[in-house]
Amino acid sequence: MATTDVATRSEEFTPAGDELLVVQDVKKYFPITRGIIFQKAIGSVKAVDGVSFGIKQGETLGIVGESGCGKSTLARCIVRLLDSTDGSITFEGRDITKLSRMQMRPIRREMTMIFQDPYASLNPRKRVGFIIGEPLEVHKLGTPAEVKTRVQELLEVVGLNPEHYNRFPHEFSGGQRQRIGVARALAVNPKLIVCDEPVSALDVSVQAQILNLLKDLQDDFGLTYVFIAHDLNVVRHISDRVMVMYLGKIAEVAHRDVLYREPKHPYTGALLSAVPIPNPELGRQREAIVLEGDVPSPVNPPSGCRFHPRCPRFVEGHCDVDDPPLYPFGGGHVAACHYPLERWPMKADEMRRASGSSREPTPA
Amino acid sequence: MALLEVKDLRTSFKTEDGIVKAVDGVSFSVEKGQTLGIVGESGCGKSVTCLTIMGLNSKRNTVSSGEAMWKGKNLLTAKQRELREIRGDEMSMIFQDPMTSLNPVHTIGRQLVEAVQLHRDVTNRVARARALELLKAVGIPKAEQRIDDYPHQFSGGMRQRVMIAMALINDPDLLIADEPTTALDVTTQAQILSLMKRLQQDFGSAIIIITHDLGVVAETADDVLVMYAAKVVEQANVNDLFNRPQHPYTWGLMGSLPRLEADLERLVQIPGQPPSLLRPPRGCRFHPRCPYVMNICRETEPELDPSQRDPAHLQRCHLDEETKEREAEKLLHTTLAEAG
Repeated sequence: MATTDVATRSEEFTPAGDELLVVQDVKKYFPITRGIIFQKAIGSVKAVDGVSFGIKQGETLGIVGESGCGKSTLARCIVRLLDSTDGSITFEGRDITKLSRMQMRPIRREMTMIFQDPYASLNPRKRVGFIIGEPLEVHKLGTPAEVKTRVQELLEVVGLNPEHYNRFPHEFSGGQRQRIGVARALAVNPKLIVCDEPVSALDVSVQAQILNLLKDLQDDFGLTYVFIAHDLNVVRHISDRVMVMYLGKIAEVAHRDVLYREPKHPYTGALLSAVPIPNPELGRQREAIVLEGDVPSPVNPPSGCRFHPRCPRFVEGHCDVDDPPLYPFGGGHVAACHYPLERWPMKADEMRRASGSSREPTPA
Repeated sequence: MALLEVKDLRTSFKTEDGIVKAVDGVSFSVEKGQTLGIVGESGCGKSVTCLTIMGLNSKRNTVSSGEAMWKGKNLLTAKQRELREIRGDEMSMIFQDPMTSLNPVHTIGRQLVEAVQLHRDVTNRVARARALELLKAVGIPKAEQRIDDYPHQFSGGMRQRVMIAMALINDPDLLIADEPTTALDVTTQAQILSLMKRLQQDFGSAIIIITHDLGVVAETADDVLVMYAAKVVEQANVNDLFNRPQHPYTWGLMGSLPRLEADLERLVQIPGQPPSLLRPPRGCRFHPRCPYVMNICRETEPELDPSQRDPAHLQRCHLDEETKEREAEKLLHTTLAEAG
């Protein structure tokens, strides 16, 4: 398990030099336009707003956050399915942010993606053999006969019957389709696989199969994963390090054991306390720190700390003015909070009191 | 007397490929103020069970039999007119997807008022006041202004609150919640679940909660029904179910769950896929995926029998009691040991 030290302030992030992927101050703004022919930008959705991190070879970085926090946009920026507005993405020491389509092509063999919805991400009119073999053809890796052998090999690797080569996606169940998605991502022997909610559309028993499969493949092929999910249990199970995002920014990054044992950011604490526990005794004692309201709009993010309107430890005159940098807590653990949690677990009212805050936040 | 008593409920659909038995002999009862959880994977018949009770299946291709006694009346044989009076009044439902279950061309206020006026002969003003009261009860901020908004102006969590307000507007005796939090984020899920708990305390309604999330069941339900391939495989009080699970499928469900309080290198996985209900397996329906399969399992289907230790704990498995106790102990031991 590799850990990387993330620097103190996001904009000052300095990579150690041996990372496979370095993301530095990446921003993605989607313009909001008015008018039909002469489109005038009247604002922008700041989906990702200055995110920096690095991943080492063989590591799994989990990214969690509520819907709309920018985690999928970030994933798409990493594999250049979207062009980032600002910042740089360095893969194996090479800045790929400004590369042309042709220059990108060899790099697309090195990083692939697994998508969320196994029903929408496979072309229903193509046979499974074609779907898995297409990346090989695109990159001109082998003769048709070789491609066929490789596809059958891949089907076997992901636990499907190689004889199902000629079937269509609709003949498979959800879990099997996700296996096809995994086989396709593996086809070109990538170094990095970006998994965007690969198990959230699946039933628990099938989810366990896919998670085990991804772990086995990592051991066998030395893969590096960026693993996005909104389920904290799933992320903890698969990741080495976990990054919590809130409204386009990093809230906290830590080794997974550290993050789940001693979270520093109140948002991480709220997320952890909200997960239902499948044990009636423990579960009913659990006291969720219920966050009031919804995630604010990324068009007009709140001033200062973006979490301050919902934060139980909000301090007026500080949190709503000064945007907190990523403060270090040792061992690569960083959190963007002026008043980090002193201990864990904590109850909601303790959280409020302990901060020495200037006012009690009034529940809506 | 139980509020709702379901006996040997069966529902089958005629399809081009043959008859699908989606629910095959399900029995349970719900008491006032109690919460019943129904767990299972997609396609196990948990939603169809509730749709059948509510009389919401298409009449064209559905055949239902059995009994669903609601206050002395069998809902399965009741006339549409009678059902319409019960639905939304005495018994109401929250659907899974708040994005598609509200009418996009009417304001939420109008939809709530309609729900009241269908069952009560009241003026617009009274109905609107009631709608406003409920929107406040479910925690919609600035309800006075938001009552005239359209569904698309609300976020997912807020829409689900509107759905809950609509379901509760006539003080139902029974609330059926079909995966009420599946489409939501954990923080919103926590808000909605605590809201449902609070409303249950205030109104004393019974709740049937359908979910595939064992965590949600553990925290909300009093009794639990585990369904697999259209049948109930285990039925018990929530504490018994989680402390002494008796069926290999339940063990599989519990083992395949990554947990915050336990750290396992590999998850226990249930091999294979749920069977097709067009041609369910002979014998025990779980036998093709069961690690404890014996010869008898392939031939004879086990009955839903009370376990020796506790007659209220029903399970459908041929394994002997000793093995079950041992395996359940092992499962709990590993997860708890890891937690400590």
